[in-house]
Amino acid sequence: MKIIVCVKQVPDTSEVRIDQKTGTMIREGVKSIINPDDLSGLEAALRIKDKNNAEVIALSMGPKQADNALRECLAMGVDRAILLSDRAFAGADTWVTSLVLSKAVELLSPDLVICGRQAIDGDTAQVGPQIAEHLNLPSVAYVSDIKLESNESLVVKRMFEDGYQSIRVKTPCLLTVLKEINEARYMRVSRIYNAYKADLVELWDNSTLGFDPLVLGLKGSPTKVKKSYTKGVKTAGKVFDVPPKEAARIIADKLKENYIL
Amino acid sequence: MKNNKNVLVYVEQRHGAIENVSIELLGIGKTLADKLNGDLYACIIGNDIENQSNEIGYFGAKKVYVVDNPILENYINESYTKSLTKVINVTKPEVVLVGATALGRDLAPRVSSRLHTGLTADCTSLDIDLETNNLLMTRPAFGGNLMATIVCPDHRPQMSTVRPGVMIKPTRDTSKTFEVIKVDASLTKADMNVEILETVKEAKKLIKIEDATVLISAGRGIGSKEKMEDIYKLADILTGEVSGSRAVVDMGWIDKDRQVGQTGKTVRPDLYLACGISGAIQHVSGMEDSNLVISINRNPQAAIFEVSDVGIVGDVNKIIPELIKELQK
Repeated sequence: MKIIVCVKQVPDTSEVRIDQKTGTMIREGVKSIINPDDLSGLEAALRIKDKNNAEVIALSMGPKQADNALRECLAMGVDRAILLSDRAFAGADTWVTSLVLSKAVELLSPDLVICGRQAIDGDTAQVGPQIAEHLNLPSVAYVSDIKLESNESLVVKRMFEDGYQSIRVKTPCLLTVLKEINEARYMRVSRIYNAYKADLVELWDNSTLGFDPLVLGLKGSPTKVKKSYTKGVKTAGKVFDVPPKEAARIIADKLKENYIL
Repeated sequence: MKNNKNVLVYVEQRHGAIENVSIELLGIGKTLADKLNGDLYACIIGNDIENQSNEIGYFGAKKVYVVDNPILENYINESYTKSLTKVINVTKPEVVLVGATALGRDLAPRVSSRLHTGLTADCTSLDIDLETNNLLMTRPAFGGNLMATIVCPDHRPQMSTVRPGVMIKPTRDTSKTFEVIKVDASLTKADMNVEILETVKEAKKLIKIEDATVLISAGRGIGSKEKMEDIYKLADILTGEVSGSRAVVDMGWIDKDRQVGQTGKTVRPDLYLACGISGAIQHVSGMEDSNLVISINRNPQAAIFEVSDVGIVGDVNKIIPELIKELQK
C-alpha cells in the first residue's frame, strides 16, 4: 500500500502575540512546526505501515525552508519526503495549493492520501477536500479513526458536532484527520542523524509538474487578500483589587445595572 | 458563468432538523441580497425534507430549491456536492453562503473546486463593496491574531463558509410568500461513493453554548475539577450555561462542546463571566463580542482584563462562593 501524507510547515500560532502598543503581530522568534493535524496524519500512516508494510511519502508545498519539516517526517519514519517548491507557487490560495498538490499526488498514484483537517495558520480545512475534487477521489473529512479492512477498503469514523458516522471507503481515496486521532510518535535519534545527513528531501519544481504558470500562484488564485489587520485592542474597563465580599457585591451590582438579574 | 445578483444560502439539515447557523445565514444573506438589488434564495438537500421548505421561506428566502432523494438520506460529500452544484448551476447566484460546520466545511470546498471558484472559510463578517459589488469576506487567521478581508473578484459565485453564532437570526414571519422549486440533480447509486455503515447521534444532552445568554466560563485558575461545582451552581442561579477555555477541556474538567475560542465556539452572550481564564488570544477571539464581560483572575496582568468591562483581581474560589451568597439574598 502506498500512502501520501500532506504536511504543512506552519508558524506556532500559539506563540504569536500582539504588540499591545502598536497593535501589530509579533512574529519574530516564533518557531516553525509541522501542523498538528498533519502530524497526526503522519502518525496514522506510520501505524498502518507498522502493521501492513506500506510505503509512506510525506508531501509538502512551500518555500525551501519547509525542507526542515520534511526532515522531521523522515526522522519519524516516512520512506520518502517530497517538497514542491517554485516561485511560481507563491501566493497560492487553497484552490491553487490543492491543484499543485493534486498533480504531485497523481504522479505518485497512491492508494491512500491523508491530510490534516486544517492548518493552524489558515484554519480553512479546504485543501484536503479540494485535492480529492481535483483528482475525482472519494473523500471523508473529520476522521478520528482508521481501520484497514484490506488494501482496497478502509472503515473510518467521521465526526460531526452531534455524533459520528462509521463509513466504508474504497481505495484510492483521501481522508482528512483530526488531531484527536492519535498521539504522534517522537523522531528517532538515529533517524534524525540520517535525515539531516543525507540530501534526502526530493525537490520538485514546476518543471516536474508542468503547469502553465498563469494558473499558479497569486495570478491563478480565485481569492485574494484585500487587506489584513489586527483587531484593535478593546478598551479595558475598570479593574478592582478588593476582598472577596466586596468583589461579589461589585459583580452583583453590575449584573443588576445590565438587567441580568 | 453569467450570474445575476442573487444570494443563495445552503440550508443544512441533520436528521430532518435545520441547523441554527443556516437560519443565521438567511439573515445576513438577505442583507447582502438587498445591497446587490437581488433576491435571497435557499437550497435544502436531503431525503424527505420538503416539509422544511416552509420554515426556510418564513425566515426570508424568496425561492426555496429542494433536492429531495432517498440517496441523500445520509450526508455523503459526493452526492451532496453534486446536488448543491446543480442548484448553483440552475440559479447562477452571485454569492453562496454555507455554515462553517463539520458538514459545511467538507461540502463547500468540493463544490467550489468543481465550479472553479474561490471559497473563503469561517467568515465572521460579510459585506458588499459598493464600488465593485464584490463580496468582502472577513475572517480570523493565525489563531485569531490577524483578521483578513478576502475578495474573489474574477470568479463566480463568490463562496464563503460562515462561523456559527456570529450572524443575527432574522425574525420568523409566517405571512411571507415564497416559491418552492424541486430540483432533479440526476443522482444515481454511483454517487454514493462511500458506504455509510452506521450513523450515531451522541446520546448526551446537546449543549449549545452559542445559544446561551449567560455564560459562566471556567479557566485553569479554577484549580481542580471539584471546583467546577460552584461554577455550575452559579450558572444555575443566573439561568446560564457553563463554558470554558481550552485548558479546562484538555484537563477533562468540561466537555469539548463547551469550549470557547478559536478551536472551540464563538459566543456572544449578554454576560460572559470569565473565572480564572488568563485570556489567550485564541480564547478571546471566541468571546470578545460578548455584551458584558466580567472577569476574575488572580494575576493583575492577565490579558483577559484588557477585554473586560469589569475585572476583579482575586481568588476565584473565594469570590464565586461569595457571589453565590450575594445573589441568593
